[in-house]
Amino acid sequence: MITKRIIPCLDVRDGRVVKGVNFEGLNDVSSPIELAEYYSKNGADELVFYDITASHENRKLFTDILTEVAKKIFIPLTVGGGINSIDDFDRVLKCGADKVSVNSGAIKDHSLVGAAAKRYGDQCVVLSVDVKRVGGRFKVFLHGGRIETELDALDWIKKCVDEGAGEIVVNSIDTDGVKGGFDLELLEKVCDIVDVPVIASGGAGCIYDYTKLFKAIPKVDAGLAASVFHFGEVDIRELKSVLRSENINVRMI
Amino acid sequence: MISIIDYGVGNLYSLRCSFEYIGQRVVVTDDPSVISKSDRVILPGVGAFADAAAKLSATGLDKVVRAEAASGKPLLGVCLGMQMLLEKSFEYGEHKGLGLIKGEVVPIAPKVSKDYKIPHIGWNALSFPAGREKCPIFKYLDDGAHVYFVHSFYADGCGDALAATTEYGATLTAAVASGNVFGTQFHPEKSGEVGLDILRAFCEV
Repeated sequence: MITKRIIPCLDVRDGRVVKGVNFEGLNDVSSPIELAEYYSKNGADELVFYDITASHENRKLFTDILTEVAKKIFIPLTVGGGINSIDDFDRVLKCGADKVSVNSGAIKDHSLVGAAAKRYGDQCVVLSVDVKRVGGRFKVFLHGGRIETELDALDWIKKCVDEGAGEIVVNSIDTDGVKGGFDLELLEKVCDIVDVPVIASGGAGCIYDYTKLFKAIPKVDAGLAASVFHFGEVDIRELKSVLRSENINVRMI
Repeated sequence: MISIIDYGVGNLYSLRCSFEYIGQRVVVTDDPSVISKSDRVILPGVGAFADAAAKLSATGLDKVVRAEAASGKPLLGVCLGMQMLLEKSFEYGEHKGLGLIKGEVVPIAPKVSKDYKIPHIGWNALSFPAGREKCPIFKYLDDGAHVYFVHSFYADGCGDALAATTEYGATLTAAVASGNVFGTQFHPEKSGEVGLDILRAFCEV
């Protein structure tokens, strides 16, 4: 059977990892290449690189780094951040990305998901959605929760899957940063309406949050997080042995 | 030297990097003279079978692959490249394959219950057929090693060419082998150390 995936997310700004932390054996904590290698060797099933570079000039720096990462790390790589067009898909796929994650780009251009899926295949297109509760409904937000859109999150996710999104990253703004666990209510609703892999994001604070997630919603395929891994609060090897002891199928290395 | 055949299907960067990482000289090429001079040949591929098969024959590289296989040179098909080694495919119609390995490519969906998401994407465990000698490309692996899959169709009816399977609501062909011709449904270049060990073993065949 297919394993549950554990996915660290690396935020990269101007060629450096934001929120770096000291790990044993890691010389340069803000080097995306070193950190990616560290995670890959320690059990990450996949890596997400998120480009939070503000300027166009520094985009090249990001793709140069991606090219270097792909030379050394042989697990699936997903790239997000600043993906607004087919040209952006092309740019990162050529540098070794296996999947491309779109968020605001899909909202600005409703045809982007469909066009990308047609060109590169559904498995290549990851829809990332920032979701927050507003008046009892789940709404789509932009810019990490600062801007509310008109979109109903469940309708939006369904529409994008129908158009070819092959995987959904559900980031709950309500639980993000709180470290009180994943947003199980939201995730369950998403799993009920789509039949593509669903990746939970936002809220992980400890190992227990992952066992709770996979036990409560067996249809969730993966857990994504940034700071709990970067700050060493959750060690991926330890996380995976706990998951395995709870009879959750994971890849041990 | 290893030739990765470039017939305009898919991204070959990771595949090239993985061979370079294990210390192999590798070229990505569509030049028959370069391919014939190399020691090993890789047939890659992603996307739809019909489109890839059409491109391979339009470039004349189908004949090159057949000739290289007949010469006894180790040949490895990866993902759709593996499927192309078979006799035929039923992906959106019926299409002829290279016929180097017994069997045909069929959809996974009718074989599994609706609880199983299609495509089959992610890390899954390999099993090696019992009572048979292990395929040489898996010599460094133990039963249960995890590799990375992305596919909606699989190879069926491979008979003695079946080299590894994986469980996904049904037993699916994960790898095939016949003499000097090998194929993996999964992506060794995306399967971490396990994948690199498969490529190392292939380079020692």
